[in-house]
Amino acid sequence: MSPRPYAIVAELSYKCPLACAYCSNPIDFREHKEELDTATWARVFREAEALGVVQAHLSGGEPLVRKDLESIVHAAHDAGLYVHLVTSGIPLDPERVDALAKAGVDAVQVSLQGTDDAMTQHVAGLRCHARKLDAIRWFQNAGLSVTVNVVLHRANIDQTEEIIALAESIGARRLELANVQTLGWALQNRDALLPDEADVDRVRTLAIEARTRLAGKMEIILAMPDYFRGRPRACMGGWASTTMVVTPTGVVVPCHAARAITGMDFSNVRESRSRLDLDRVARVPEISRRRVDVRAVQELFGTRERFRRMSLSGVRADGRCGTNGSGV
Amino acid sequence: MTTAKPRLRAGAKLKHDRHTDRWLLLGPERALDLGETARAIVELCDGVRTESEIAKVLAQRFDAPTAKIEDDVARLLTELRAKCLVEDA
Repeated sequence: MSPRPYAIVAELSYKCPLACAYCSNPIDFREHKEELDTATWARVFREAEALGVVQAHLSGGEPLVRKDLESIVHAAHDAGLYVHLVTSGIPLDPERVDALAKAGVDAVQVSLQGTDDAMTQHVAGLRCHARKLDAIRWFQNAGLSVTVNVVLHRANIDQTEEIIALAESIGARRLELANVQTLGWALQNRDALLPDEADVDRVRTLAIEARTRLAGKMEIILAMPDYFRGRPRACMGGWASTTMVVTPTGVVVPCHAARAITGMDFSNVRESRSRLDLDRVARVPEISRRRVDVRAVQELFGTRERFRRMSLSGVRADGRCGTNGSGV
Repeated sequence: MTTAKPRLRAGAKLKHDRHTDRWLLLGPERALDLGETARAIVELCDGVRTESEIAKVLAQRFDAPTAKIEDDVARLLTELRAKCLVEDA
């Protein structure tokens, strides 16, 4: 099978009302002002679909700051893509939630910073925990599946057990426990964010226990941090193996942090000659692909594999990034 | 479990893949490539039919032994429930 991107991450804007210490925005995000307009995003979604993409993650920064988000959602939906909205839930009201659902959102991921206002203020600089819980309820009332995403780090890692209980009590379909990855802003803030290895081990134990207990009810996704794994993790499920990222200004990259690598040349969707250029994005470097359970169903992309590998083999992960992949 | 009435959960969506002419089951951050049998089973998961009824429909359609189809249906649905893509009405 030739390389095929299954998912596109559309970073619609680097703007965000929150200021999390581990933000995925580039350090110089303020310099990236010329955001793609609605029509260009619509073209990007059509071109992505033509390349084989089936799922769009509308992300940021904060996608809700785009006044034309409903139109962008509609365009992605219209292109035939599964629309996954990745948001902090701020700012939002029930009317906009209904408009987004109507425009074609298929599923939502909402970030929480912890289990209370004080932690949210500490991590994100805004007391908005209760508002986020409201947002989750509005999305659920609109019939949408909600994933709760929590980035775990030194300050909130002791809340992990309560976070799992909270996600369960509000009826989240998935909970992503994402140990902080020390890239970009998180690298700048590493001393404040990096947890002890014992705490990371405890998170893994809790996640595995919850995964068993909640099987079939709520998925638990666990992302382990590079620092305690022995080798780099397979970011994005492996560099350019399934996912392409388009930044707010139109740069096409295999992962949101790739521009930090010097000496690489990425194309921009504004240049009509390049469009979404697979040769330069999805094949750098040659990828390897793993097959899981081919009897009835083949997992094209997803998170189970990463988790299972981890629970079986401890912290030493069988990474897929670049040449680390097994190639099976 | 054969009296269970399976249906797709919110966020799970069956989609034809025009690039491969196969059927995909999509969920948040997930895509499964369904084989012929898997697709036929998922299409019948409407929250009204029981697992047994689904197996019976398919046994007739494919002219196959019901016991074998029941086994296929049970195995697939167990997997899809575990992935939180299917629930019982």
